[in-house]
Amino acid sequence: MLKEGFEGNRIPSGCAVSGIFSKSGERIPGDKIIKSIAIMHERSNGLGGGFAGYGIYPEYKDIYAFHIFYNNSRAKSESESCLEENFEIASMSVMPTRPIPEITDSPIIWRYFVNPKKRSLEESQLDELEFVARFVTKVNSNIDGAYIFSSGKNMGVFKAVGYPEDVGVFYKLEEYAGYSWTAHGRYPTNTPGWWGGAHPFALLDYTIVHNGEISSYDANRRHIEMFGYKCNLLTDTEVITYIIDYLVRRVGLTLQETANVIAAPFWSTISRCSEEEKNRLTYLRNVFAGLLINGPFSIILGFNGGMMALNDRLKLRSMVVAEKGDMGYVASEESAIRIIEPDLDRIWAPEGGEPVIFTLNGGEQKCR
Amino acid sequence: MPINYIFPDFEVRRDQDRCIACRACERQCANEVHRYDEDLKKMVADESKCVNCHRCVSLCPTRAIKIVKTDNAFKENANWTGTLISDIYRQAESGGMLSTSMGNPTPLPVYWDRILINASQVTNPSIDPLREPMEIRTFIGQKPDSIKRDENGRIITDTTPQLELSVPIMFSAMSYGSISYNAHESLARAATELGTFYNTGEGGLHKDFYQYGPNTIVQVASGRFGVHKKYLEAGAAIEIKMGQGAKPGIGGHLPGAKIPADVARTRMIPEGTDAISPAPHHDIYSIEDLRQLVFSLKEATDYKKPVFVKIAAVHNVAAIASGIARSGADAVVIDGFRGGTGSAPTRIRDNVGIPIELALASVDQRLRDEGIRHRLSLIVAGSVRSSADVVKAIALGADAVYIGTGALIALGCHLCRTCYTGKCNWGIATQRPELVKRLNPNVGYQRLVNLVTAWSHEMKEMMGGMGINSIEALRGNRLMLRGVGLNETELRILGIKHAGE
Repeated sequence: MLKEGFEGNRIPSGCAVSGIFSKSGERIPGDKIIKSIAIMHERSNGLGGGFAGYGIYPEYKDIYAFHIFYNNSRAKSESESCLEENFEIASMSVMPTRPIPEITDSPIIWRYFVNPKKRSLEESQLDELEFVARFVTKVNSNIDGAYIFSSGKNMGVFKAVGYPEDVGVFYKLEEYAGYSWTAHGRYPTNTPGWWGGAHPFALLDYTIVHNGEISSYDANRRHIEMFGYKCNLLTDTEVITYIIDYLVRRVGLTLQETANVIAAPFWSTISRCSEEEKNRLTYLRNVFAGLLINGPFSIILGFNGGMMALNDRLKLRSMVVAEKGDMGYVASEESAIRIIEPDLDRIWAPEGGEPVIFTLNGGEQKCR
Repeated sequence: MPINYIFPDFEVRRDQDRCIACRACERQCANEVHRYDEDLKKMVADESKCVNCHRCVSLCPTRAIKIVKTDNAFKENANWTGTLISDIYRQAESGGMLSTSMGNPTPLPVYWDRILINASQVTNPSIDPLREPMEIRTFIGQKPDSIKRDENGRIITDTTPQLELSVPIMFSAMSYGSISYNAHESLARAATELGTFYNTGEGGLHKDFYQYGPNTIVQVASGRFGVHKKYLEAGAAIEIKMGQGAKPGIGGHLPGAKIPADVARTRMIPEGTDAISPAPHHDIYSIEDLRQLVFSLKEATDYKKPVFVKIAAVHNVAAIASGIARSGADAVVIDGFRGGTGSAPTRIRDNVGIPIELALASVDQRLRDEGIRHRLSLIVAGSVRSSADVVKAIALGADAVYIGTGALIALGCHLCRTCYTGKCNWGIATQRPELVKRLNPNVGYQRLVNLVTAWSHEMKEMMGGMGINSIEALRGNRLMLRGVGLNETELRILGIKHAGE
């Protein structure tokens, strides 16, 4: 059995994705997203499932929530001493889970609510987000057996090896409620048995669930690693997460511009645009050429205050989007939307490369 | 028989039953191999003059001629080969360096042939280039570190000058003088039609070819032949030639015999004089001097032209390229040790420099390790022989490639490796008017267009097979490559896994 990310092993996979978003900020209980992803059971093979919820920690909304997998107690003590050195810990506890026969071989899972220590932050000469992002990268690359799989404020990732509906039960998702949820069921073409390999992938409050296999992986990885990211897991989704973090947070692109980079329009399409639009799209393709993502994908990007669904430029993976009142829905299959909302105002299949963005309370269509 | 007698390498085999004594071979051979013997009433050949260029073979109307390797042999010796023994006889006789032309023919490893390309199966669909767009457009130039917006929040889309290539294949530097007017015209017109670029080499730009300026890269080399303000302004980009893969560390020498009036005028030197390019640029003895030349050329052209720096692939190429990346250059061109030449000392060509595949891999990785790969484009040359080589070069990390030898072969070159004699029977590496006119630029340019078009189709098929529909997703995508029969050090340098891994 080969573990992905170890000894350069990379495993392609197929998948199912689903997302629910309340534009008015209504808090949706976690069991609703479980119901949606569960109907696409056939699209997973029991080797990975996961969820991201936003607005789920209102009591700690201004504090980073770290969810961490530990393979052993040594990794835990090493990570915690690192954490204590750099962060004020407001609260820490073992992650609440429910033992069920479907989910086995669980690592040690802990949850911490933390904020960077003022002194550490000042000494680093970094802004707070960059400080946190670098800390996460450092722990994940340097501490053997420790993996921070969620690191944003007022949001959290829950993932495991298993079918997604079982993963939801395992993490007691019915006890959480948030305005936005994404979910993923995984169909890897190998047996990794590695919890970190499940989706969503997260850095700060960006989370990605992804269905597809990107053929540009190594071009993207080698480009993004120039900017301090480390693709330790060798999964497509990890690199997409870092690309979005880089383009949105560090370069300052809008989500629309980010979509124009990663699922760039064809030159033939660009040639038909207005002069100004042609210049803009050509600029983005030329300057960020190494970040164009090729090959089939449908992704749902979650972030604080919004959600973006995006297909690859040829639409080689299924994805439908729907609306009902203030609610927005995205899923690999229509059935996953109909099961939780049979009566929709509108349902459509966005074109390849055309982003669909939902935001909270009519907020700006960009993260931060 | 004197001890320095060298038995001819080839035999001219003529089938007398087929030969009609039309004397076409005699008229076609500038080396004067064939003649009609009045007494014998038949065609005879002086094989000692034959360079095996196949001109006579190709034009014989009755297919009566073939050229075969002689089976006359020295006593077998794995150390002292026949070639080495003959070379010593030549040098003992002449006291001179051995001269040769075109790329290194020795059986050193060709890494392209030890690299295999991936294709999609099941988990990722392959893409059919006949049904879906397949994009190979490429931009050469610096990419900014950050974006700027105007007061309305729109991205300011100005960049430093970029070359837009419809296909990531350009024609390498080959000077007017080393090759003919008709060869240059073929290259210039083909580049224009293809939406790519050809390179003047260090021979200036003939006045007739200024019209192709938008598809021309003008070269500035150590001899500065033909360089003036209009020349710099005529091209789409400027290339500073620091070195050449076929002869790293040395300059160039175009003999006076290849410098008739027209070449002399273009080079701005007296007719019939030898054109000698010094080994170094005498105003560049270090990297800071290079930076000054880069910016001098930019100043001279108002910062409107990208400036390339071309170097030979040598042992320390990664560090040198890193220095060039910080010199203000917009692209670095790396020329491998199998690159072609009109003339080079044999020992240098066959023993100096390193393979382009290894140089490319280490330069690309070094620039990425330093986080500056986007600051300049990487162009490789030095024996890119097919569309598969282009795909492999781009997957290793190149932005584009230059082809020289391949382009000349398309024009009719048969790789006889005697360009330095100036007697090219195919009208390519010669200035003799009766030979030059054999290369019809109307045909020549079409053949170059055909070649690059054919390669583009093949590249698109291979990309589609990998599930890639845009060249930028192939660039540096080393997971799409696997090595076969390579040792661990070679794989590490190439940054690829072994087949089966």
